[in-house]
Amino acid sequence: MSKIIKHHTNHQEAITKDKTIFGFWVYLMTDLLMFGVLFASYAVLHGNIFNGPSGKEIFDLPFALTETIILLTSSFTAGLAIWAMRNNDKNQVLLWFGVTFLLGLSFLILELTEFHKLVTEGNSWQKSAFLSSYFSLVATHGLHITAGLFWMLITLIKVKSKGLTEGLSRKLTLISLFWHFLDIVWIFIFTIVYLMGAI
Amino acid sequence: MEQFILGRLTWDSLPHEWFTLGGTCAFVVILLGVAIFLTRVKRWKWLWMEWLTSTDPKKIGIMYIIIAFLMFLRGGLDVVMIWLQQTIGTSNAPGYLGATHGYLSADHFQQIFTAHGDIMVFFVTMGFLFGLINLIVPLQIGARDLAFPFLNSLGFWLYFAGVVLINMFFVLGGAFAATGWLAVAPLSELQFNPGVGVDYWIWSLQVSGLGTLVGGINFVVTILKMRAPGMSLMRMPMFTWASLMGMILVISIFPILAMTMILLTLDRYLGMHFFTLDNGGNAMMYWNLIWMWGHPEVYVLIIPVFGIYSEIVSTFAQKKIFGYTSLVVAVGGITLLSFSVWLHHFFTMGAGADVNSFFGIMTMWIAIPTGVQIINWLFTMFRGKIIFKSPIYWFFGFVSTFTFGGMAGLLMALPPVDFQVHNTLFLVAHFHTMIVGGALFGIFAGFTYWFPKVFGFKLNERLGKYAFWTWLVGFFLSFVPLYILGMMGAVRRMDTYSPSLGWQPLFTVSLIGACIIMVAVGLQILQVIVSIIQRRENRDLTGDPWNGRSLEWATSSPPPFYNFAVIPQVHSRDAFWEMKKSEENKQHPKGATSSERTGLREAAHSVVAYEDIELPKNTPMGIYLSGFIFLFGLAMVWHAWLFVIIGLVGAIWCVISRTFDENTEYVLTAAEVEKIEKKNKS
Repeated sequence: MSKIIKHHTNHQEAITKDKTIFGFWVYLMTDLLMFGVLFASYAVLHGNIFNGPSGKEIFDLPFALTETIILLTSSFTAGLAIWAMRNNDKNQVLLWFGVTFLLGLSFLILELTEFHKLVTEGNSWQKSAFLSSYFSLVATHGLHITAGLFWMLITLIKVKSKGLTEGLSRKLTLISLFWHFLDIVWIFIFTIVYLMGAI
Repeated sequence: MEQFILGRLTWDSLPHEWFTLGGTCAFVVILLGVAIFLTRVKRWKWLWMEWLTSTDPKKIGIMYIIIAFLMFLRGGLDVVMIWLQQTIGTSNAPGYLGATHGYLSADHFQQIFTAHGDIMVFFVTMGFLFGLINLIVPLQIGARDLAFPFLNSLGFWLYFAGVVLINMFFVLGGAFAATGWLAVAPLSELQFNPGVGVDYWIWSLQVSGLGTLVGGINFVVTILKMRAPGMSLMRMPMFTWASLMGMILVISIFPILAMTMILLTLDRYLGMHFFTLDNGGNAMMYWNLIWMWGHPEVYVLIIPVFGIYSEIVSTFAQKKIFGYTSLVVAVGGITLLSFSVWLHHFFTMGAGADVNSFFGIMTMWIAIPTGVQIINWLFTMFRGKIIFKSPIYWFFGFVSTFTFGGMAGLLMALPPVDFQVHNTLFLVAHFHTMIVGGALFGIFAGFTYWFPKVFGFKLNERLGKYAFWTWLVGFFLSFVPLYILGMMGAVRRMDTYSPSLGWQPLFTVSLIGACIIMVAVGLQILQVIVSIIQRRENRDLTGDPWNGRSLEWATSSPPPFYNFAVIPQVHSRDAFWEMKKSEENKQHPKGATSSERTGLREAAHSVVAYEDIELPKNTPMGIYLSGFIFLFGLAMVWHAWLFVIIGLVGAIWCVISRTFDENTEYVLTAAEVEKIEKKNKS
């Protein structure tokens, strides 16, 4: 009897997991559309520099490349963490997500440094339509990173105390999906904003 | 410090004009009345436990419809004010009632038509549709609840928060946006609209739009993942198909709306330059973005309604739907094409002949799948035995008005013609024909059709037919003059005109039509009241009052909170019809009467073994979360930063505590299910 119940619960959990992950994918696609609008407005407005600086004058390619490498690495470590999660290795999960968190945090600090530099040089978002769209696009990505870090931190604290329960493992899976998604968006930002802007 | 707490809100901004004061008083009186009534009958706890915190899609659906109906009356009041103004608002010479410039100021008039448009689209039509989809789709696919029951509750409460926000200026003062329902830039920029009006618009729609998006994701996942065993995609009822397509549209376009409003917000709050006239902003980008959302949005309003008509035609013609596959393809085609026509809303932008031709041709293309659907419905009725009940009346009304309005739309798809009638009352008449004669009639049809399923008794037929005829006459009487006026050059959003133009008689006819529509709405209200009083005579004990075809009729009316004691196994399209037919063949070779059908249903249930059912617990978290988001939105309107922070922190706290709550479901044991089923039968 207990075996049947157990089987039943496992089945239910599998369905819940399936629904949740699919639902999260759908959410990610809607989020992608929000970025799509930002990319589109950047594409329309990036030439409207209106006495302000152009992209070529303000973008620092080596700096952006550093950010990119850090974020890509964090995506890799998030993958390692999920691998450890599948092996049910709690300490490895904490370790690799911990590394991911630190990498994400350093990416965020670098981004804020860049923003700070631009604003103090007098090139804030109020200067021109180009800068408005640049700041909005990059900062929206940054806000997502912030939310992701926050979410990761709370989940990891829970994992530390409760272990890798079904619910928490599901959340870790979603976090890693979110993180890879942000990585992909960043690759587009790096290409369209920084690389194409620097030429 | 005071600035930090209250922002722009001062004593002077509280309502002091007659219309806001009147609104405030009306609100306070209504709320007090409801509160006193609830206290009198001691129903506060019941309301909170059974309804407000419910995660049951049937209850959420009913709440959606109640709020949407209240907003329908509110938006209808706006209509009367608009029409009255346009009828008596001729300048120079005293018009009717001795008024010279109508009775409203231009600014007030603008606020009214803006509010009318937003309320009717976002809070009435969308509200009604989400209500019907909540009520019926889970039943049609044989599911017990939605994929994410909590998100459904949250979606409703965010919608409600939007409803309250758009009416908030009655209470806190200020004004509503005077920009037209889409708040197009640069008019909605700080330079031209520094007040709180546009901010009310932004936050009301942002909050309710978030709710719509959450609901859209929920229904897509539900329909794709939670269908009863055996129900493949091509066995889904047409209403489920149409809802799926509508919800796919929702999740594809509401992110665009959200981001467009965020960009406008950034312009207004942080001094950015997306749509401003200075510093390189591009106002036309706003038009493109808002209509990239806006055109598919009108299909969000109409596509689920197509599904309602498909169900009704098939049921009342007593035939399976003609050309099911072509209907599915047509709905899918409309869904896809709706993304490629947005520019026809501004042919006059000056994009050039090539661009205009492209969008003109794409627009005409949409007529093809739409025509396919209409032909499918007509062929379904062909050689069918049509039962003339009020839902099918609404369908006939719809076919005539919708085809009529669609032809007007095709005319405007030609850019040269559009240049003549752009932003005239011709356009206004066109889209009202589509949304009222199409979407709203379908909502009324669906409401009448599914009412017995939800409440267990039918609506009064005679009053329903009276309401239909009054609606139809009133509708044509009020909108045909607008087509003519539009041809004569009367522009939309016009509060005054010269009497020498000779438009006043036509406007007067239009106003009379509006009054007839008011009578029709009165008849509908009367219909519901009379039906409630006579509910004993019209009770539906079979669960299948119309001899229906899809699974929602396979359970009792009203359905138990778990929908189905045993999840049905689906073998074909029109699943319930096939079940009935195979049972009839076994037991009554010559067909069965309705009371025999009850027996059939019971027979089908008597031998089954019940099993444990997992159901979502009720939760107040949706109310708390949307309450904080409401506070955030309202505080943003007034720049009251302290409350912005409180709202934001509160919302984040709610999200965290909900995501880590593992205890969200309960189990209804097989024994309990059996007890409830037995009680329902006796």
